[in-house]
Amino acid sequence: MAKHHVTTTVNGDPVEYLCESEQTLLDCLRDELDLVGAKEGCSSGDCGACSVLLDGRLVCSCLVLGVEAEGRSVETIEGMAQGDELHPLQRKFLEHAALQCGICTPGILVAAKALLAKNPDPTETQVRYWLAGNLCRCTGYDKIVRAVMDAAAEMRGA
Amino acid sequence: MIPFSLQKASSVGDAIAAARAGARYIAGGTTLVDLMREEVEQPDRLVDINALPLKRLQADGDDLVIGALVTMSACAAHPDVKRLQPVISEALLEGASPQLRNLATMGGNLLQRTRCPYFRMLDAGCNKRTPDSGCSAMDGYNGNHAVLGTSSHCLATHASDVAVALVALDATMQVLGPNGERTFPVEDLFRLPGTTPHLEHTLQPGELITAIRVPGGRYAPRARYLKVRDRSSYEFAVVSAAALLDLENGVIREARIACGGVGTKPWRMRACEQALAGRPADRSSFELAARLSLAGAQARSGNKFKMELMPATIVRALELARDVP
Repeated sequence: MAKHHVTTTVNGDPVEYLCESEQTLLDCLRDELDLVGAKEGCSSGDCGACSVLLDGRLVCSCLVLGVEAEGRSVETIEGMAQGDELHPLQRKFLEHAALQCGICTPGILVAAKALLAKNPDPTETQVRYWLAGNLCRCTGYDKIVRAVMDAAAEMRGA
Repeated sequence: MIPFSLQKASSVGDAIAAARAGARYIAGGTTLVDLMREEVEQPDRLVDINALPLKRLQADGDDLVIGALVTMSACAAHPDVKRLQPVISEALLEGASPQLRNLATMGGNLLQRTRCPYFRMLDAGCNKRTPDSGCSAMDGYNGNHAVLGTSSHCLATHASDVAVALVALDATMQVLGPNGERTFPVEDLFRLPGTTPHLEHTLQPGELITAIRVPGGRYAPRARYLKVRDRSSYEFAVVSAAALLDLENGVIREARIACGGVGTKPWRMRACEQALAGRPADRSSFELAARLSLAGAQARSGNKFKMELMPATIVRALELARDVP
């Protein structure tokens, strides 16, 4: 079948790609645009490893068809650091050793960024509920939650 | 995923014409894309309805009119929903994850497919997925299956939380199709499995949900949604209950109750409601009424515990509704 021509914005840059109907946004990011930060975990919307922002809203890119990105704005983990300067969340994940195997990490960072954009001062419970859709099988979440809380405090200037 | 053709609908008329010609609607995609990857669903043609003007949510007096393409998260956060029917927000936020709530639409939520594991296991019999292939849950894993509305063909529950609240609230659906518009209770969207569990809803070919209308009532805010599940977030209901109370000096004028996790569709508990009218809003009235939820209920080997958990959940939900400050 004819490919779809998609014009979109990824991490602020205008981007075009061709995709099949059955390619998801995750497939397009990884296979057409070589942005392999978003990970394929479960491919069914359960694990959150593929989390990206679509028009500023946190979504699972494995459940979005690639053609749906037409005219939208996509933000991925690759857009999080400013050049060589890590985002505070990234720095705090390193400081707190909030990762082990790292597969879930890009999705969790993107999800945490989305949380802090709408709630700069979340409680621990709010962080845990917000990250419910991001599964981590290594850390037990404790260090992740502490890293997010610490990053939030720093970003508030506390 | 099996290749398919995709067209974007630019108008409601476009979408209905495509669906009438055999295309499946796709909105948020949280159910359909997932099931297409698993090859449980194999449509050869999709029509993308995301550009249609069905994203409006507005108050009409005390009624709410929720466009079919309003996302779960947008609906839950809407100030008119929180003001007029906070139980809808409560039910929505008890479901799924932030990622999924940002994608899934209100229309799609009602049409989501069951979470019975055999439905997704292509090598297992499932009458809902493949008619006449048998029901693997009947004598297999049926620990989270229905006790109400079941048949010898299917035990699967309907997984939506918000549908339970909408059924309790007497919400109605607005649908548009080849033969024009019709309006009917949300409760009537769902079919019982009977001998045809693969037929899940009463929409006609080509019909498109355009909006959900929630009538204003005396209930809000004395309405609560209680969801009992295996962990405290991001899990489907084992048993849930939406309870709405209209009280006068501690006496129940009218009650409305619907349950999730126990029925093959969101289950309205009319016998319990009738038993509560005119009674004091206390625990003994609630317990007496909740027992009536068991009328006609039939458990299998794994889900007998729901025969206790269902009335207990109803009692607790009624207490929560009564105690809303």
